[in-house]
Amino acid sequence: MEGIIHLDFKGIIILLMSAVFVNNYVLQKFLGICSFLGVSKKLDQATGMSLAVIFVMMLSTAVTWPIQYYLLNPHGLGYLQTIVFILVIAALVQLVEIVLKKYIPALHSAMGIYLPLITTNCAVLAVTILNVDKQYDFLASMVNALGSGLGYFLAMVMFSGVRSRMESEETPKAFEGLPILLVAASIVSVSFFGFAGVIENLFG
Amino acid sequence: MKKLRILLVGIIKENPVLVLILGTCPTLAISTQASNAIGMGLAATAVLVCSNIAISALRKVIPDNVRIPCYIVLIAGFVTLVEMVVKAYAPALDKSLGIYLPLIVVNCIILGRAEMFANKNTVVDSALDGIGMGLGFTLALFVMAAIREILGNGTFYGMEIPFLINHNISIMTLAPGGFFVYGCMIAAINKLSKGKAIKKTEFGCMGCPSAAACGKLSETKCGKESEA
Repeated sequence: MEGIIHLDFKGIIILLMSAVFVNNYVLQKFLGICSFLGVSKKLDQATGMSLAVIFVMMLSTAVTWPIQYYLLNPHGLGYLQTIVFILVIAALVQLVEIVLKKYIPALHSAMGIYLPLITTNCAVLAVTILNVDKQYDFLASMVNALGSGLGYFLAMVMFSGVRSRMESEETPKAFEGLPILLVAASIVSVSFFGFAGVIENLFG
Repeated sequence: MKKLRILLVGIIKENPVLVLILGTCPTLAISTQASNAIGMGLAATAVLVCSNIAISALRKVIPDNVRIPCYIVLIAGFVTLVEMVVKAYAPALDKSLGIYLPLIVVNCIILGRAEMFANKNTVVDSALDGIGMGLGFTLALFVMAAIREILGNGTFYGMEIPFLINHNISIMTLAPGGFFVYGCMIAAINKLSKGKAIKKTEFGCMGCPSAAACGKLSETKCGKESEA
């Protein structure tokens, strides 16, 4: 358990805030773009997908962190990280789906359809690998997962608002569909630059 | 002739990035420098060719119900191999690709081609498809990275360009520039092919490997497209 970074309370808050605003997974790190462009058409879909992502991110961090530090590292198997993590995430998502279907059908009908999509969502795998790369302790990893999920949520909800406005407008023929979405995403992404200085100065 | 067609179709006509719209995350993230784009493109090509060969060789062995987990294990294995090779022989590239190197596992191009091509075709055809798609990915990535590097940094492949070096638009190398250049490139393809290249006006999930599994979403558009 060497080399793990422990953060104090202030550090945790900064980590959370910068995960949501400054290092936004979708708009600054380009993770989870497929679902960002695909599922952000309606607000309720965007919300359902984001909640599922937050849940799976935290759950998979809670499972993969102990696996890395108590199972892989002590046995010198750190290089198996990618294989083990993707399988654990895929299995977890399946498990959650089965459990939800059996015991909480209402939640399953709201969130269940997005779960299979999440297995191949790069944001989830990225958050688990980054937590290990950056050597966060367990608490910081969970906070980072929560922050990243919330950042995804924020980006999705904002973008679905932008999209609903765009739908009634006419766009040049060549830009119809995906291209104009990307241009809009670029402008939304610019707006996140404003947060960079704020978080640093607020807590720094 | 048919073999040549399989090879070429991935490079231009069905370019994975610009026409099939697969693998958007690494495309946007890595295309800040032309050298990174080449590195990422070749790494993904290596994984794609290996996984296509392995999956088409095993297509009669793998039961249909558990094919996606099997593919993921195979792909993750090859990605780990490539990761180790890059770490050992090109540490600088490893550093600049960072998290996006292990993320080749969830790159839609690889799982997408496994699902759309490799599990229906012979080993040789799948290998050619892997090479074509990989080169198409590399080419698109390279063009996009070149545009962003020239405009954003005033350099090309690390070489300074006389006038632009003092008049760079640095936002091009940042996140918004990525979205913008990608959008413009797809629009340009649309314009040049008069809308023929990209038939779907909406962002389709035809290429998404989980399209068949994603219930409500597939009822609308994706379901029809993935069958076609």
